[in-house]
Amino acid sequence: MQNKLIKWIDHRFPLTNFVKHELTGYPTPRNLSYWWNFGFLAGFVLVLQVVTGIFLAMHYKPDATLSFDSIQHIMRDVNYGWLLRYMHATGASAFFLVIYIHMARTLYYGSYRAPRELMWWTGQGLLLMLMATAFMGYLLPWGQMSFWGATVITNLFRATPYIGDQVVVWLRGDYTVGDATLTRFFALHYLFPFLIIGGVVVHLVALHTVKSSNPSGIDLAARDNIPFHPYFTSKDFYGLGLFLIVYCSFVFFFPDSMIEPANNIPANPMQTPTHIVPEWYFLPFYAILRSVPNMVGGVAAMGLSVMMFAFMPFLDRSRIPGGASNRPIVRIGFYLFLLNMLVLGYVGATPPTDQIILVGQVATLFYFGSFLLIPFISIAEERWLIKRGLPPEVEALIASEARGKIKLPFRRRSGDIK
Amino acid sequence: MAENDTVGDTGRRKFLIKVTAVAGGAGAAVACLPFISSMNPSADVLAKATTEFDLTGMNPGDMRTVAWQGKPVFILRRTPEQIAAMEASNGGLYPEPDQQRVKQPEWLVVVGVCTHMGCVPNKEGPGWTCHCHGSQYDDSGRVTRGPAPKNLEVPPYRFITADKIVIGEA
Repeated sequence: MQNKLIKWIDHRFPLTNFVKHELTGYPTPRNLSYWWNFGFLAGFVLVLQVVTGIFLAMHYKPDATLSFDSIQHIMRDVNYGWLLRYMHATGASAFFLVIYIHMARTLYYGSYRAPRELMWWTGQGLLLMLMATAFMGYLLPWGQMSFWGATVITNLFRATPYIGDQVVVWLRGDYTVGDATLTRFFALHYLFPFLIIGGVVVHLVALHTVKSSNPSGIDLAARDNIPFHPYFTSKDFYGLGLFLIVYCSFVFFFPDSMIEPANNIPANPMQTPTHIVPEWYFLPFYAILRSVPNMVGGVAAMGLSVMMFAFMPFLDRSRIPGGASNRPIVRIGFYLFLLNMLVLGYVGATPPTDQIILVGQVATLFYFGSFLLIPFISIAEERWLIKRGLPPEVEALIASEARGKIKLPFRRRSGDIK
Repeated sequence: MAENDTVGDTGRRKFLIKVTAVAGGAGAAVACLPFISSMNPSADVLAKATTEFDLTGMNPGDMRTVAWQGKPVFILRRTPEQIAAMEASNGGLYPEPDQQRVKQPEWLVVVGVCTHMGCVPNKEGPGWTCHCHGSQYDDSGRVTRGPAPKNLEVPPYRFITADKIVIGEA
């Protein structure tokens, strides 16, 4: 009976074929490490956020006079409302955590290089949509941090040439962040996750065209690939178990650690809290905004700082496979870059004194400098590595793959050693 | 030419396709206008345009905050010393004489919204300090420390009587 039904469907829709080619039998490199779990985890958190969000929306009221109280209603009166809200609020932080690790893995292993540029750029688009969704969602509880965070961020658009003031009023639907702003942010906060799902589909179609990268950086021949199921379903679900332990610890034991105390005070347009901080995942970019003394320059620098990642396929000129694992100088640069992100994060969370502003400016210069120096470092490092000789295991892997008629995408360049 | 025999004038066909595309694109763009316009402030928001304020009961050195179009407006009754100090200087980063910023030297009326990112500065010592990003303003609302690019905005206002002002119309 079941077979008959599936046969009937397969006649009209490629169900069995799709499951076999794209899910169970999808060829996956056998040497993927746990760093390759985070794409799956991001997908899981996306589903979690959509589900908890829809159930929260059944009790939430997007109205400036009602929304703050409706959050209290969810927390106190709605069955398991506290759980839904804490899962959703913690889920936002979890989303950024797994996405940042996912991006760091791509940067470390150079997975953004040919032929995976479109994966990197669709990922960049997804990051921007995630940031927009998180920002708009943060206004909905209508607390002091919600209100002033939205005020500051919508004000960024004053940097638009000529029509800046009109753009800000248009975005808010009022002269200040108000009821009109809250209602439209709720509508868009509900819309954007579905745009993100669409973007994820594009991201996955690209992935299934070029297949996963792997720690060796060499496109392994088909003989080295293994089916996704059961090998990577079990690996991904094991990673999910570890993730859920961390996530649930926050949801059940430290749910308020991700919620600013000032956000438990209803929004007051006449009084700014003495210290405004964005959520932790925006802190480094916020520090860059504050580091530039000129307003338009600061907004441009902050926008550019998020977009710098998109230039990586052009900036990285090295043809050494395996990313930072085979490239000692890029490896040092990678860790310094992460350290610098932490410094920027600290600066973004600290009130702006002269000393902190100076530290932020140095870290901002280092941030942009590390991107701009990559072309020179990567070419010089590649020459040095080829002159010195690659590690024998890398040479052996390249040689064995060459026998398997896999060509490395080497472009010849003047100055290469013959 | 054989092609011309079968499909006719290809130049004319290309031209028609271009004209149709431009007309269709323009139509689609115009159809967006009502949607974009719907996001601008609605009539009831625009109706809150003016605010009246009674100045009686304010002593020299006192400051009041009133809401105008949902924004805070600072009204400062300045002491003779403050007036003298402000008239002597020309401001900091965005020089502007104090006389141009007041209708009567005793009364300073400015929008209490930092010109950087829109936070409300706090009255601290002489002038105001914005705690969001560290901008400072003097007792004429002129910026003395960045990152704010401009002086606090002076709203349109006028004295209806000696001790009553209306904010929102000049």
